[in-house]
Amino acid sequence: MEETKAIIEAIIFASEFPISIDKIREVLHDVEKNVITRILQDLIKEYQERRGGFLLQEVAGGLQFRTRADLSYWINKLMKGKPAILSHAAMETLAVVAYKQPVVKAEIDRIRGVDVGSSLKGLLEKKLVRIMGRKDVPGKPIMYGTTKKFLEVFNLKDLSELPTLKELKDLQEET
Amino acid sequence: MGYEVKLDIFEGPLDLLLYLIKKNEIDIYDIPIALITEQYLKHIEIMKNLNLDVAGEYLLLASTLIHIKSKMLLPAQEDENQENEDEQDPRSELVKQLLDYQAFKEASIQLEQRPLLERDVFKRGYSVENQCSERGDDETDVELSVFELVEAFYKIISTLGKTEFMEIDVEKMSLTDRINEIMGRLAEGKKLTFAELLGDYSDKKMILYTFLAILELMKLRMIRVYQASSFGVIRVALATEQ
Repeated sequence: MEETKAIIEAIIFASEFPISIDKIREVLHDVEKNVITRILQDLIKEYQERRGGFLLQEVAGGLQFRTRADLSYWINKLMKGKPAILSHAAMETLAVVAYKQPVVKAEIDRIRGVDVGSSLKGLLEKKLVRIMGRKDVPGKPIMYGTTKKFLEVFNLKDLSELPTLKELKDLQEET
Repeated sequence: MGYEVKLDIFEGPLDLLLYLIKKNEIDIYDIPIALITEQYLKHIEIMKNLNLDVAGEYLLLASTLIHIKSKMLLPAQEDENQENEDEQDPRSELVKQLLDYQAFKEASIQLEQRPLLERDVFKRGYSVENQCSERGDDETDVELSVFELVEAFYKIISTLGKTEFMEIDVEKMSLTDRINEIMGRLAEGKKLTFAELLGDYSDKKMILYTFLAILELMKLRMIRVYQASSFGVIRVALATEQ
């Protein structure tokens, strides 16, 4: 059991991208899925309790070691680079895509009240948004959705982790 | 003089409208259309005066507002079709659109506040060497919009004495000259701050021309304008550098 745990920890450490439980099982096929899930929860807890420099986090349907958010100042100091921060326009477009996907451009235009062509293009280039297909209506407009990279960048387990639109509207009512 | 009007950064006509509603502490379900329309048009006027391209979307919403306003002036036709008694409030569609937009705006703010990869949290194996920039400071840059530039412009203008008299001189100032000078300075100095570019002049006209030159260069994508944080130093660099 302790050995299995060590193997799983090693696999996650060695993986470049968030690694899913299914992927871990490809290596450890004789271990039950629920056993892996339990071990993962143990590991996540261990890192949390340790309060070290990094945590084991669930992102984009997998697991990945990530530094603690409150230490960002120091890492940024090390990087000296510029994190690719999106403009407000791009963020708004991205939010609409995330909540409404699959969504056509005309719908995003309508919601934001502006032409979103350029911000959509930027998001596609950054691979935060992808083309999901074409809508079966006259003109066959392209439908857009978010990518796995979107989940990775925004530290999301999956899309359900986002607050619902209703919750957001209720929040507005209160203020 | 209309100099005291502050331009906030609007992401579009709906954003501007929401801003006006908040500023006037208006109930979104009961918008006084006449007041809001007036203020909305005033803001568009300011944008035009600044020679900013007022996008068609702003004008579209302006016409929608005026349309609603005129509809609300008409007396309700009660007697004709009784069954249509609860005839729709002409504002309801706009209100729905505003509420939707507001929800998505909130969603985008919430998204932005999440621990972002390579801003707040980091995964392993991020190459430090590649990220080393020529700049010595640890500021991070955001690309700027025209609105933020306009604000910075006001800041510099406002440091000038208010009692300046206008002088009419025959000497012509050309935008091309200003553009050439800016490009020249950037080419030798690589990077300059917005204040460095404008601040050397105490002459309002000169500042104005320089500002216009910067906007023009931005439009032509010959320069890039960055800012590390809100109200931070604005940097101007040649676009080709990147």
